[in-house]
Amino acid sequence: MNAEPLVQVRGLSKYFPIHGGLFRRVVAGLKAVDDVSFVIHAGRTLGLVGESGCGKSTLGRMLLRLQEPTAGQVLFAGEDLTRLDRRQMLAYRQRIQAVFQDPYGSLSPRRTVGQTVREPLDVHRVGTPGDRQQRVDELLAFVGLSAQAAHRYPHEFSGGQRQRIGIARALALNPQFLVADEPVSALDVSVQSQVLNLIVRLQRERGIALLFISHDLAVVQHVSDDIGVMYLGRLVEIAPAGQILTAPRHPYTEALISAVPQIGRRMHSRIVLGGEVPSARTPPSGCAFHPRCPRVMAVCRSVRPVLKKNGDEGSGSVACHLYP
Amino acid sequence: MNAADAPAPLLRVKDLTVEFRTMDGIVRAVDAVSFDIWPNETVGLVGESGCGKTVTGLSLLRLIPSPPGQIINGSIELEGLDLLSLDAGDMEKRRGSEIAMIFQEPMTSLNPVFTIGSQITEVLRRHRQLSQRQARELAASLLAKVSIPDAGRRLDDYPHQLSGGMRQRVMIAMALSCNPKLLVADEPTTALDVTTQAQVLDQMRELQNEFRMAVLLVTHDLGVVAETCQRALVMYCGSIVEAGKTEQLFSSPRHPYTAGLLASIPRIRAERIAELPVIPGRVPDPGNLPAGCRFAGRCSHVQSRCHQERPTLRSVNGNAVACHYPLGADI
Repeated sequence: MNAEPLVQVRGLSKYFPIHGGLFRRVVAGLKAVDDVSFVIHAGRTLGLVGESGCGKSTLGRMLLRLQEPTAGQVLFAGEDLTRLDRRQMLAYRQRIQAVFQDPYGSLSPRRTVGQTVREPLDVHRVGTPGDRQQRVDELLAFVGLSAQAAHRYPHEFSGGQRQRIGIARALALNPQFLVADEPVSALDVSVQSQVLNLIVRLQRERGIALLFISHDLAVVQHVSDDIGVMYLGRLVEIAPAGQILTAPRHPYTEALISAVPQIGRRMHSRIVLGGEVPSARTPPSGCAFHPRCPRVMAVCRSVRPVLKKNGDEGSGSVACHLYP
Repeated sequence: MNAADAPAPLLRVKDLTVEFRTMDGIVRAVDAVSFDIWPNETVGLVGESGCGKTVTGLSLLRLIPSPPGQIINGSIELEGLDLLSLDAGDMEKRRGSEIAMIFQEPMTSLNPVFTIGSQITEVLRRHRQLSQRQARELAASLLAKVSIPDAGRRLDDYPHQLSGGMRQRVMIAMALSCNPKLLVADEPTTALDVTTQAQVLDQMRELQNEFRMAVLLVTHDLGVVAETCQRALVMYCGSIVEAGKTEQLFSSPRHPYTAGLLASIPRIRAERIAELPVIPGRVPDPGNLPAGCRFAGRCSHVQSRCHQERPTLRSVNGNAVACHYPLGADI
C-alpha cells in the first residue's frame, strides 16, 4: 500500500461554457467536475457513485482523455497524462482501457466479434498475425465465450454476451488500468451478476487498477475496495467500501444508502430527501447539498466544506461541516 | 387487504393469453396468466426483460398494439365486468376513469408541445363534466397533491421545463385525476435516481391510501417490490411461476427461478462477498420455447420430468408455485 499509486487524480475540474446574450458570449461556466482528487493503487478498485448529472461520467472520460480537463492533473505511473500530445498519448492508450454502458452501441455491427476484439492488437501492431489470432481465442475463452463466437456478428448476441465482448476487447492489450462506466446498468439482474463476477475475477487475476462508475451502490459495493460519492461535481466522501456503507459520515451518503430499495426491509425506515438535485448551472452557495440536507447548519449556507481526512473514526475523507 | 376483508376481488384475470405476429412466426408473450387484485392492494409483477410483464399490464387496459398483438384467450374482469367484452368506445370511457396506467419514461408519455396544465385539464374535461376554470383549479390541486411546488404556475410549463421526477409526478397526478380504482404502474421509477425514486414511491403509497385504489406495480426491481407491495407475482417466459405474500415469497422462495433471482441481486452488505451467485445460461428464445418447464435448461434442481411436463401453479405452503419439485416443500 505504501508504493506510489498507479493513478493519481489531483484537483481535476471540467467547466463547460454556458453561452448567452448577444453574440453567444460565454456568460458562465457549468462546473461538471469541480476540484476532484483521489488515488487508485495497482490491483485495487475505486467505485464512484452518484446520481445523474453529478459528473461521474465526465470524470471517467477525462481520465481516458476523451474529454480535456479545464484544470488539474491525471498522473498515471508518475506521468501527467493531461500534458501529453496525441502521439505520446497513444502509448498510454494501450495501458488504459474502457468498458461502457451500452453493449448495443459500443460494438460495430459490421465487424465480426473476432475483428472487434482483434482491432486494438492490429492498431498497436502487437505480435504476428498468428499471435493475434491466438490472443483473440484466449480472450474470448476468458470472458466465457466460445471460439466460434469470433466469426459471428454483435446482433447475434444478447446484452450480457455483448458486454463480455466489450470486456474482451478492453483486455486485449493487457491494460494496467480500466475505466468501467456503468458496465452492467443495461443488463437484467440474472445476467448482471454473471458480468459482475467476470469483472471481479479479471481485476483480481490480472491485478488491474479499476475505476468502476455506477449509480447503483449495491453493484459498486460488490466490486470496490474503496468508494467515492459525488454530488454536483464534487467528491463529498471517499472511504473503504465496508466503512462507508456501514458508517457513512456525509448526510448525502447516508441518504443515498438508505434510498436503495432493499429486500427484507420495510419502506418507512428510509430517509427521504426533500427537494430536487439542484442544477449545476446555479449551484447553491456554501455546501451544494445544504438545501436538501436533514442536518443543515448555518455555516453550511455560506462556507463550502473541503474534503478532510477522517481522524480517529477510520480512514477516508469527508467534505462536511459536521466533522470539523 | 386480503380475501377476508373484501367480498370480491377488484380485478380478476383468468387465463390471459397474448400473442404477437413477428417475422419469425407467432410468439406467445403471455401464456395463460391468472391473478386477482383486491381493492386498495399493491401487487408487484416482477420479472426480467421479455418475460411478458409489460404486455400483461398493457392488456389490462387493452392497449396491446393490434396488429401485431392479439389477446387470444382469457378474461379480465373489473368488478365483475369483463373488459374484453366491451366495445372500443365503452372501453375508452373506462380507461383513465376506472383503470389508469403510468409508464417508465414520462417524457415520451407527455406531449411536448402542450403545457402540462392543458394535458391534465383535457383528461378531466373528457371524463368529468367540468368547465375550463373548474378543471384548471382541480389540476392545480392535483399537482399540489403530488408535491409540485408552486402548482398554479407550473400548469403553464411545458414538459421539458420539469425534471424527470417532476414529470413522473405529473403523470401520477394525471392518472389519479379521475379517481381510478386500479392503477397499472409500469416501471414508474426505473428512469429516476434513487433519491427521487424514494420520493415518488412514498408519494404513490400515500396517494393510494387517500384515493383507496389498487396498484399493479410492474417492475424488474425486486427491492422496490419488497418495500412497496403486499403481494408479488414472479413471471418467467410469459407465465407466472410463483405468487404469494411478498415477505414470505422473498424470505422462503419455492421456485428455483425466484430463489436464483433473489440470490443474484447485489445487496449492500458490510462484507464483500467473493462471488455473486448466478443463474447460469439465459432466457430461452420466445419463438423456440422448451416443451416442459421453461426454466428447466437453467435450473440447478432439474429432473427428467421437468423436460417433459410443464408444471402449473399450485399451492405449496402458502405460496403458489409452478414447479414439480419446489424448494423446501415437504412432498
